[in-house]
Amino acid sequence: MSVRRLAVEQPEGFAFTPENREWAGAQIKKYPEGRQASAVLPILWRAQEQMGGWLPEPALRYVADILGMAYIRVYEIATFYTMFNLAPVGRYYVQVCGTTPCWLRGADAIKDTCRKLIGEPGHVTPDGIFSWTEVECLGACVNAPMAQINKDYYEDLTPESVTRILKDLKAGRHVEPGPQDGRQASAPSGGPITLTDPELYRHETPDDDEYEARPALAAAAAKRPGAVANQRERAVPKPSLGKGRKPRPS
Amino acid sequence: MLQDKDRIFKNLYGLHSWRLKAARARGAWDGTKAMIERGHEAIIEEVKASGLRGRGGAGFPTGLKWSFMPIKSDGRPNYLVVNADESEPGTCKDRDIMRHDPQLLVEGAFLAAFAMRAHAAYIYIRGEFIREREILQAAIDEAYEAKLIGQNNVNGWDFDLYLHHGAGAYICGEETALLESLEGKKGMPRLKPPFPANVGLYGAPTTVNNVETIAVVPDILRRGATWFTSLGRPNNTGTKLFCLSGHVNTPCNVEEEMGIPLRELIDHYGGGVRGGWDNLLAIIPGGSSVPCIPASECENLPMDFDSLKALKTGLGTAAVIVMDKSTDIIRAIARLSYFYKHESCGQCTPCREGTGWMWRVLERMAKGQAEKGEIDMLLEVSYQVEGHTICALGDAAAWPVQGLIRHFRHVIEARIDAQATRPTAPSVPLAAE
Repeated sequence: MSVRRLAVEQPEGFAFTPENREWAGAQIKKYPEGRQASAVLPILWRAQEQMGGWLPEPALRYVADILGMAYIRVYEIATFYTMFNLAPVGRYYVQVCGTTPCWLRGADAIKDTCRKLIGEPGHVTPDGIFSWTEVECLGACVNAPMAQINKDYYEDLTPESVTRILKDLKAGRHVEPGPQDGRQASAPSGGPITLTDPELYRHETPDDDEYEARPALAAAAAKRPGAVANQRERAVPKPSLGKGRKPRPS
Repeated sequence: MLQDKDRIFKNLYGLHSWRLKAARARGAWDGTKAMIERGHEAIIEEVKASGLRGRGGAGFPTGLKWSFMPIKSDGRPNYLVVNADESEPGTCKDRDIMRHDPQLLVEGAFLAAFAMRAHAAYIYIRGEFIREREILQAAIDEAYEAKLIGQNNVNGWDFDLYLHHGAGAYICGEETALLESLEGKKGMPRLKPPFPANVGLYGAPTTVNNVETIAVVPDILRRGATWFTSLGRPNNTGTKLFCLSGHVNTPCNVEEEMGIPLRELIDHYGGGVRGGWDNLLAIIPGGSSVPCIPASECENLPMDFDSLKALKTGLGTAAVIVMDKSTDIIRAIARLSYFYKHESCGQCTPCREGTGWMWRVLERMAKGQAEKGEIDMLLEVSYQVEGHTICALGDAAAWPVQGLIRHFRHVIEARIDAQATRPTAPSVPLAAE
């Protein structure tokens, strides 16, 4: 277990923006009647995004009221799940994986770099741009060492690439997420040695892939300083799909 | 060695599009309606015949698990829950399925739900996978738009698929903790029985399956159980995604036959151990929860459930963590102990107190600041934790420690001896948090 407590200084109040309030209502509809408490994690997460990366105590009460839950039930969730930050974080919140697979490949050097450039874990730089912490396995072990910065994974890091990433982010420049050593996702560096048979893909056509063109997934846009990043999130709430009702085109 | 044509995950590395159109061009959603027309029982029988064992770690036969679901409803709905809370250190296979080939998961969920007579399924993805969540949601939306799933879909089985996410808790990968979390509570495992197949999500019959298990089902049904059993070894059939991490030259994910020799896996796909095979110290063969094995046992080791069990370890999630001779093995295991201390939900005393205790002792042992008698005490405590908790996290915390002591006791002793000859200030015991 990890010891987690609410911050001493708390804002006066909290309320969702109208868009987020509507979004929360749609989330609740994903679950059966009377089971609206199921939506607590996604809604708390949205509250944290609206607050710029942390959950103040008034937000917990606000979410509890939306879901008709006792305050303590939401408090205990906020302190149990470690992705909920109970104190403010930097605009770029760097979470360095320190678990054994990353540690074997040099996570300590990444942590030292963060300590040097940002400060102690949990400390927010005076300009409010950075804070960092060590986290447990983030599930990108074949691309170790790695760190998550806001929504994106940065993989195959070295102290040099971390320094460059932090410098670029601070200057407002776009940094491409993913492996920083040029390799393709989880393929071995130097290129895949499997899945090379063109026969597997003979039915594919060039227009199959519109992925890059979709603005909703552009990393740079999602990380624009100050913007409520999640409003561009692709995970649009789906209305409950009654009989014969067509899902909203996304 | 597996040929490309026998691979299920054709877009493992994301070199091609994950979108529905491209996925269909690679074979997804081909003949799904005909599979549905074969009926619930026929699908379960086919999966049973394929010998598919759960890919989430425990290796329980999937078809058998599905057959536990009630055939006649007593008024409660049946649910399928897909466990996408991939957090086992070393493991990163489900992430690649969800971001690069999500339609295999969507189609698999549809077929599995049909087999178990469920009209709704939830995918519980870990909170940190934000981009993966966006892609998976988009894939689900595309399947809805194409009327492949949803009400009155073209395949003829009403089915709603919802994506739910966690918020950073390893324990939610345990199936009953996952259900608690999905119900909006702290992720604390439930006592079993009742098993989820009787009382699961919202008190209704539920089956929880791993992402990879679900995603291979469409190909098994399309190509037939005999194709699947022709790969791998008896009782360990089919293909498996392996994650190679740690001290190999080219860490990667790869789909291979079950039972592939470890050395072939490391040398061919991992580019060899850093510094050559002789530089190998130990491996953890199946994610952090299974005991490590020393290099001497790695030479002719088939990577499957039964062979690894015989070595008192396990295939787990098939996440191979390789450690070369430069590794401080005590520190490596101590870091895992810290992980379990951090992730223990705190419900059962042996785990809540034991994980922290084992970590603190290992931290001292890593510095050599311990007594030799404490090694046996540590082993004894690990047996006190193992099997005395509601869920398997206690076991998972105990096994790496047991593996360390079983194979590397001499390293711990040597470090204690080395420290004893060095004058230091007396160690101050660390208080529990």
